[in-house]
Amino acid sequence: MVASRAIGSLSRFTGSRTLRFPGYFCRSFTRSSALLARTHVNYGVKGDVAVVRINSPNSKVNTLNKELQSEFIEVMNEIWGSDQIRSAVLISSKPGCFIAGADINMLASCKTSQEVAQMSQEGQRMFEKLEKSPKPIVAAISGSCLGGGLELAISCQYRIATKDRKTVLGTPEVLLGILPGAGGTQRLPKMVGVPAAFDMMLTGRNIRADRAKKMGLVDQLVEPLGPGVKPPEERTIEYLEEVAINFAKGLADKKISTKRSKGLVERLTSYAMTIPFIRQQIYKKVEETVQKQTKGLYPAPLKIIDVVKTGIEQGKDAGYLCESQKFGELAMTKESKALMGLYHGQVLCKKNKFGAPQKDVKHVAILGAGLMGAGIAQVSVDKGLKTILKDATLTGLGRGQQQVFKGLNDKVKKKTLTSFERDFIFSNLTGQLNYQGFEKADMVIEAVFEDINLKHKVLKEVEAVIPGHCVFASNTSALPINEIAAASKRPEKVIGMHYFSPVDKMQLLEIITTDKTSKDTTASAVSVGLKQGKVIIVVKDGPGFYTTRCLAPMMSEVLRILQEGVEPKKLDSLTTGFGFPVGAATLVDEVGVDVAKHVAEDLGKAFGERFGGGSLELLKQMVAKGFLGRKSGKGFYIYEEGVKSKNLNSDMDSILAGLQLVPKADVSSDKDIQYRLVTRFVNEAVMCLQEEILATPAEGDIGAVFGLGFPPCLGGPFRFVDLYGAQKVVDRLRKYEAAYGKQFTPCQLLIDHATSHKKFYH
Amino acid sequence: MTSILTCTFKNLPSTSKWALRFSVRSLSCSAQLQTAQATQTKTKKTLAKPNIKNIVVVDGVRIPFLLSGTSYKDLMPHDLARAALTGLLQRTNVPKEVIDYLIFGTVIQEVKTSNVAREAALGAGFSDKTPAHTVTMACISSNQAMTTGVGLIASGQCDVVVAGGVELMSDVPIRHSRKMRKMMLDLNKAKTMGQRLSLISKFRLNFLAPELPAVAEFSTSETMGHSADRLAAAFAVSRTEQDEYALRSHSLAKKAQDEGLLSDIVPFKVPGKDTVTQDNGIRPSSLEQMAKLKPAFIKPYGTVTAANSSFLTDGASAMLIMAEEKALAMGYKPKAYLRDFVYVSQDPKDQLLLGPTYATPKVLEKAGLTMNDIDAFEFHEAFSGQILANFKAMDSDWFAQNCMGRKTKVGKPPLEKFNTWGGSLSLGHPFGATGCRLVITAANRLRRDGGQYGLVAACAAGGQGHAMIVEAYPK
Repeated sequence: MVASRAIGSLSRFTGSRTLRFPGYFCRSFTRSSALLARTHVNYGVKGDVAVVRINSPNSKVNTLNKELQSEFIEVMNEIWGSDQIRSAVLISSKPGCFIAGADINMLASCKTSQEVAQMSQEGQRMFEKLEKSPKPIVAAISGSCLGGGLELAISCQYRIATKDRKTVLGTPEVLLGILPGAGGTQRLPKMVGVPAAFDMMLTGRNIRADRAKKMGLVDQLVEPLGPGVKPPEERTIEYLEEVAINFAKGLADKKISTKRSKGLVERLTSYAMTIPFIRQQIYKKVEETVQKQTKGLYPAPLKIIDVVKTGIEQGKDAGYLCESQKFGELAMTKESKALMGLYHGQVLCKKNKFGAPQKDVKHVAILGAGLMGAGIAQVSVDKGLKTILKDATLTGLGRGQQQVFKGLNDKVKKKTLTSFERDFIFSNLTGQLNYQGFEKADMVIEAVFEDINLKHKVLKEVEAVIPGHCVFASNTSALPINEIAAASKRPEKVIGMHYFSPVDKMQLLEIITTDKTSKDTTASAVSVGLKQGKVIIVVKDGPGFYTTRCLAPMMSEVLRILQEGVEPKKLDSLTTGFGFPVGAATLVDEVGVDVAKHVAEDLGKAFGERFGGGSLELLKQMVAKGFLGRKSGKGFYIYEEGVKSKNLNSDMDSILAGLQLVPKADVSSDKDIQYRLVTRFVNEAVMCLQEEILATPAEGDIGAVFGLGFPPCLGGPFRFVDLYGAQKVVDRLRKYEAAYGKQFTPCQLLIDHATSHKKFYH
Repeated sequence: MTSILTCTFKNLPSTSKWALRFSVRSLSCSAQLQTAQATQTKTKKTLAKPNIKNIVVVDGVRIPFLLSGTSYKDLMPHDLARAALTGLLQRTNVPKEVIDYLIFGTVIQEVKTSNVAREAALGAGFSDKTPAHTVTMACISSNQAMTTGVGLIASGQCDVVVAGGVELMSDVPIRHSRKMRKMMLDLNKAKTMGQRLSLISKFRLNFLAPELPAVAEFSTSETMGHSADRLAAAFAVSRTEQDEYALRSHSLAKKAQDEGLLSDIVPFKVPGKDTVTQDNGIRPSSLEQMAKLKPAFIKPYGTVTAANSSFLTDGASAMLIMAEEKALAMGYKPKAYLRDFVYVSQDPKDQLLLGPTYATPKVLEKAGLTMNDIDAFEFHEAFSGQILANFKAMDSDWFAQNCMGRKTKVGKPPLEKFNTWGGSLSLGHPFGATGCRLVITAANRLRRDGGQYGLVAACAAGGQGHAMIVEAYPK
């Protein structure tokens, strides 16, 4: 403990020396330096209440790192030691963030699980001290209170939260493949009950303040304020502080009780939880659900259940010990490394590295009110972009408008929007059949049918009516952007924006630039994408760009596997068993058989034999019979309105029988089938990096996971190569190459990595 | 000479360089000029504008404002409106047939008398040849009635208009739920017994849950009291300040009532009950008593309580508005001119009740006046916190610059000129009727205490606001 504090203060000094050098010395002569040297945590005293302010320097968010922790302990010790102070308020000086969590770089720097476990124990001790504080501590929460931040808050005696959209509470550790390691697994079940605690810890979901109040996670809410005689955010924090101080005083005077009156349902559940048999049933049920959903690929959820169980059944000390040990173990797993990598990548892809565009995009026009067009419209209007949705026919347009409305209305049903907000947002949408108003558009996104002649036609029509600065973006999944731009008078303004369906659910946006696309056009497209809430990768133009190109060889392999007689259901369970969220056969149905055929043909022409494998004939025959997948009601499966269970489409048997291939025994085990699919995907991804379609491996991983459902537990194709070992991937590829030929030939970059042991991530 | 000088002085926008130069000059000028400035308060210019008709208030009345659920509780809204109209007729002796038009404001509409103006006029014995309509604009409904009348006269369509407002909070329309209504309507259309039975079979007990008139703002789903509490917090108005202001309102109202200043009241003989002669919501209490109350909206730590909010009120008001020449031709001595007015609107969430802050500088600019020119401020008091927040907003350069897009603040009204005969907090606030009370009170105050200009301002649900300049009629 002492050592860590010493290290903490040391690093603090070195870290900030250059910045504060002159002031530091002058001041340290005149006063005791202990107080002034604090950069993360400070406190002031109002009456008999200490107000502890958390403010990580040079950062938008507060993170629990070593320095913050040690300063916090110092401050708390002073507060506990002072006779004048009777209670304390804990508040952040940053609007929009209480504490966003522990610093995950702290974990990355640990080499062994013991080191991590020790870190966890330090946190446990600190928070236990808070919990047992003789002076009541009120956590005044405004903004995100996540992970370690929430564990800190629930160690306090009382919690007051601002009721705004930015204020969310949660334990997202599971999403990083770890668990709440500072007493969270022990305190949370006591605070909100076992079922709710499991839900929070196993899903990692964010809980808004009002919901948190109902759950008993916070004790009071403070409404956000409007403008007064200073900016609203500033005054709201001040108000939160004032309210928190009053409650702190009340708690110190014993005028306010920390006990919460529980509702009937709550009392019943907590009574039920005292019966061991019921508890066992709950553990069993939760474990079953987790097994079903994770297919055993993610270790964290199971360990969370284990730790909670230990705490409840064997007492606090055993619980704490178990928590810290499992925390240490989890932090060393491949899965957590993969998930943390994804987290970093996601942060990276939420930034606009091209800078601010010259002109802020306010008016967007979308061509084509199909599933894609309407989806793009939906994510645009709810971010306040004035959006024109244009279609060729009134029925098509009406369908699109209804889709947007339904998307918004579903949010009303879930109570994340009010009906008024829905109407207000919907008023940003104009549906029309002509080009009226396009003269004001800052960006046109076309989502018309994938046909180069049609794309050229609309491009020319649009360019006749749009202003000079307007960007023309094409939402195509396979047509090369430079071919589309060939018809343009201003190719520097043409760019690809590849959205994924359903647009409002899929986080990824793939932006495709040609050699001629200007930097400002790219900046503009990225800024619109970010506004729409997307995670963005920017790739170079080429057949299939990055995502479609990676998917195509895998799909081709899917067809071959089906032709080799593997049942679609079996194939689906093999792929989901590997960590793909959607089974491979189902994926074909979801994408649309005609689209798949289209893409396979185009890319087959571009890349030749390497993209071969399964027979295109299979898709052609399916299209001919009208088996287009979910949209036509039949594909590999039969889709009926209101029927949940999927039944195989028996008419497929004859098609498959006609195209049957003989499986090769030595590469057709379940595992081989999985790896045949994955290695082709990975090989193609690495080739995209080799050919500089991709700028960074991080973007490749984000694109694969968020756009194509590459198993998140593997962290994306590049992380997978790093963690699995490039040599092993190459070996697998060579094995399949021997059986099937060129399609499995590992690319040069992959071979280089295998021989040099280089990694994509350092 | 002096009058010309003062005129030019007034017409100079106070913020411009001109004003600065003028004041510099006046320092170096002869003493004559300085006396001119000193006497300026007594001889203000009139706000008459060339080519625009002067419009006057001949007189205005109201029936006593009562806490809802008291003496008026068995009546209907048009009964109250009728009483106000009858009172107006008696007070002014105006022949019914000269009235060209009638307009009333109301908020919660009784469905049976949705055009309450027409029903009340007919019931009060007005000519059936006098058209009437009803307007609604939340708490500034009767302001809207008045200004609509002003518009009709100014455009030459009418010479004599009666404007008023009414609200009966003792009874509000409570509806069946939408599901129940739908079933009842479908039943109406059902032709066979089979259809009827199948409809009835769909009945569920929750269909019977009644639907109350909305108390919350439709756009934000927030009640007004809740918004007022947040507003008070945003401007850091303390509970004590609010209680003190409410106490002031009640004390001043009590004083005005005792001194007989509330002369706009006409007694109302309620059928089957005693004659009501005065407001019954005026209850000066002590700060200690008020401090005991629990917050009514933001629990448990908010600052808005029942004692520092306006209460649910029944009441009605009416006034006689004429073109000046018509009034003079009929031998009337009007009470006041109705001059410039504005309507404003702003964010219904965070600035719901800041209408007066937005409206005041606008109407002053329009009339070429400054805060110093106003002799009587008559503001609608929805909540103590709301009035005090408006004061702070009006007194803040930050607010003026960042929220209103103005260069400087307009300034806070001096308390000695502000709602000196009580306000909505103490007299009561029948939503639709308050506007006329504000105007006639301003006119009466100017007549009694001397002074030329009154400023009436009010906030309203929906984030709207209104302000009007009332000019005393020369004696």
